[in-house]
Parts: sequence; C-alpha cells; structure tokens
Amino acid sequence: MAIANPHITATVVEATEFPDLVRRYQVTGVPKIVINDSTTLLGAQPEDVFVSAVVAAQDQER
Amino acid sequence: MPFLSDPERAEVTKMLSGVDSPVRLVFATQTFSCELCGDTRRILDEVVETQPHVSVDELNLVLDTARAAEYGFSGAPAIAVVGTDPDGSEWDPGIRFLGAPLGYEFSNLLEAITRVASREAGLSPASVDKLAHVTKPTTIQVFSTPT
Repeated sequence: MAIANPHITATVVEATEFPDLVRRYQVTGVPKIVINDSTTLLGAQPEDVFVSAVVAAQDQER
Repeated sequence: MPFLSDPERAEVTKMLSGVDSPVRLVFATQTFSCELCGDTRRILDEVVETQPHVSVDELNLVLDTARAAEYGFSGAPAIAVVGTDPDGSEWDPGIRFLGAPLGYEFSNLLEAITRVASREAGLSPASVDKLAHVTKPTTIQVFSTPT
C-alpha cells in the first residue's frame, strides 16, 4: 500500500524486540495491524478488508 | 559462519533475480544496547551479495541523528527500503522494518526489495482505486514475530 500511495507509510515491527511499542499499542497477539495509532485489526486480514480499514481510518479523522 | 545456507542463498538469489533498478537498504544501527544490530548487518550483507542492484547504507542512530530523523527511525535495528525514481533520484515509499529481519520478516524484506524495485504494489486494481482516496499522511504498523 505504501508503494501504491505516497501518503501511506508501512512499518513491520518485530514485537519481541520492542516491548515498549507492544505495551503502547496493547499487542496481545500477532499479526496486529495499527493504522494511524488508532484503528486496530488483530490477525491476518484479506486484502480488501485491510485496504478498506486504511481508507476508513482516514475518514474517521475528518 | 554465514546466516544463509547454500540452498537458502540460491533461493534468495532467485527471488531477487528480477531486481533491475537500484534499491538501498538504509540500515539504522547503534553500538550499545542493540543485541541484534550486528546480526542484522551480517544478514543484509549476505543479501546484497546476491544482487548487484541492492546495497546497504548504514547510519548510526545515536551519532547521525539528522539522517535518522529523515527516515523516521526511532529504534534499532531498523531498515528503510528505498528505491530509485526514473530520473535517478531517491524514491522512498515509506517501507520500514523495525527489528531484525528473521523468520517471516526475512521473506517480507525480500518481497519489499522486489516490489520497490519494480514499483509494483501487487494489489488488485480495486484496492489501488480505493487507496487513491487516501490523501492524508497515514501510518500502518504491523506487529509480527519471527515464527
């Protein structure tokens, strides 16, 4: 998605090495997806669900 | 002792064989309190040995704060996968790996390299259309573990 849209950045976080981030985002299982520090999805997601969540996260902030 | 066995190196070479434009792995490291920084550098060195278009560009998170900020690095080890525009200038699509690229993250890193090189996101046309509606800075973080 970061390749498809210049406004999007994507970071993969290795959870065991960054316990402070795990605590901050309350990661209880992996994969966990955090969009804009607010929207979260737990578990692997189908592409359309993931993309829709990214678009919706932007709308929520308007 | 190398990280990659001979068959693994052959597989990495095959996966990256289509890379035909420069990709830079900007690698943030720090000297102290970074158990996996040394391992990460060695892994990246073994990857770039398989593909002449891929290079490692190391920066010290503590000493080189300006460049660390430019790439948004806040911890180490971290990697930015940076490509090249058709005019030869840097193209940073905003793809980062925080932590050592082991296990699943290793194959994700290889995929990121090939996708940044080809500038092909690998999404369906419907997804690309939907994403065109994203016009504000948006961050996606995916928490993962090596196994």
